[in-house]
Amino acid sequence: MQTIDLSETGLREMNKTLHAQAETTNQTTWEIINPKGAHAIACGLDAPIEVTVKGSTGYYCAGMNQKATVNIHGSAGPGTGENMMSGKVVIEGDASQYAGATGHGGLLVIKGNASSRCGISMKGINIVVHGNIGHMSAFMAQSGNLVVCGDAGDALGDSCYEARLFVRGEVKSLGADCEKKEMRPEHIEILRDLLAEAGSDAKPEEFTRYGSARNLYNFDVDNAAAY
Amino acid sequence: MCGIVGLFLKDKSLEPKLGDMLTSMLITMTDRGPDSAGIAIYGGETKGRTKMTVQSDDPGTAFAGLEKTLSDVVGGPVQMDIKSTHAILDIPAGTTAKVRAALDEIGIRVMSRGDSLEIYKEVGLPKDVAAQFDISKMSGTHGIGHTRMATESAVTTMGAHPFNTGDDQCLVHNGSLSNHNSLRRKLRREGIHIETENDTEVGAAYLTWRMQTGATLGEALTSSLDDLDGFFTFVVGTKDGFGVVRDPIACKPAVMAETDQYVAFGSEYRALVDLPGIEAARVWEPEPATVYFWSHNDAPTATEKAA
Repeated sequence: MQTIDLSETGLREMNKTLHAQAETTNQTTWEIINPKGAHAIACGLDAPIEVTVKGSTGYYCAGMNQKATVNIHGSAGPGTGENMMSGKVVIEGDASQYAGATGHGGLLVIKGNASSRCGISMKGINIVVHGNIGHMSAFMAQSGNLVVCGDAGDALGDSCYEARLFVRGEVKSLGADCEKKEMRPEHIEILRDLLAEAGSDAKPEEFTRYGSARNLYNFDVDNAAAY
Repeated sequence: MCGIVGLFLKDKSLEPKLGDMLTSMLITMTDRGPDSAGIAIYGGETKGRTKMTVQSDDPGTAFAGLEKTLSDVVGGPVQMDIKSTHAILDIPAGTTAKVRAALDEIGIRVMSRGDSLEIYKEVGLPKDVAAQFDISKMSGTHGIGHTRMATESAVTTMGAHPFNTGDDQCLVHNGSLSNHNSLRRKLRREGIHIETENDTEVGAAYLTWRMQTGATLGEALTSSLDDLDGFFTFVVGTKDGFGVVRDPIACKPAVMAETDQYVAFGSEYRALVDLPGIEAARVWEPEPATVYFWSHNDAPTATEKAA
């Protein structure tokens, strides 16, 4: 295993080293120590490597990730896993605002709570939160799955398109055009796989599904009040 | 963006290090705002005396003979401790209004007033401002700091945070208020003294006004959620307390940490990483539209929404 000490190596140097790992690198496991809340740690990775950050991170950790697995042994600042394309990001602690925003693919696991705007504009990413999520989560979500084992804050799924939102606990309020939906067998299957992959022992049957009522897709004067 | 830090000590043994800890936290936040910086320190009080922090761009001339002038004005002893462009005036309690009027006439600016509070602020980076006033050597019970990215008013000493609008009250702000002009007019009509065109000063003055009309700090912070439009993360200090509130949208960042020794606030977690025992601290992001408050007068607990 390779270790990078951020108190000795600069952030750019660290990211440059990780970016230099080719698809076929044999240095597949990396550990980053002394992150001390620094921004943009392990951003833009594009190789099947596993990076473990020992401590809490600042903004945009593991943003734009492709193929890599990033484990954060602490809490994560705003925008963690933003615009992920593939791979896996696991946060052991809490995540701040807009975790997994605009993500196209891959899996983001938050073992603690996520703050507001989790999965905002998600475009295919899967997000599993073991705890609660804050307000305006999955705002304008377009595709993918957001799984919340705890409670959701205000305006869940506001103006969402086609994403599936699964919440086990209470939802404080639903956003515009978001509604409760039927849990069909295929949803239970999706949920079972995601929960297993995310290391949660929650039962899929305990969740409620929410999604788009599809009234805001196209402008309709009858819906003007809802826009 | 702006960067905010705050530290409320529960453990008296840390008090000699307050200035040093706050300075270090604020320097870490420098890249959130390069325009000006300021620190408020609550450093204890002397019975029967009150403090005024004053500022002049030409301290050599402005502060010469000021003790004598003000002693004559108040009819009692006034002491002065000059620190660079600032001076701390030690005046008899109850003479604040007289001293202020005299200072206005001479053209010396007032940064803060109160029994315990001192505010140091200038245009420039946190490391330079802190060094200018030797903040790291100051001791105290609690304090807040700010590094500013100016959005709503000019980059001047008076536009720097923290803002003090009532005895021992101060406030720092990340965000921008959109109804500050109308609110400023209203508060001035109510007799609240507001000096600048800065939105944050209006936020501070609003809290002062609410407390003057009978609200507790907790109540004032709660009603600010209804009456202030715009984005804000506020950190406020009072003589014995320390409070935090974010607007309902809460897009301005905030991280808090609490241990048996202290409560700390930072715009980012980076600001907290060198605090003692941070690894074992309870670290959390304050909820939107929720008031958090700690006071030395109450038993220090982890209870949220204590106010």
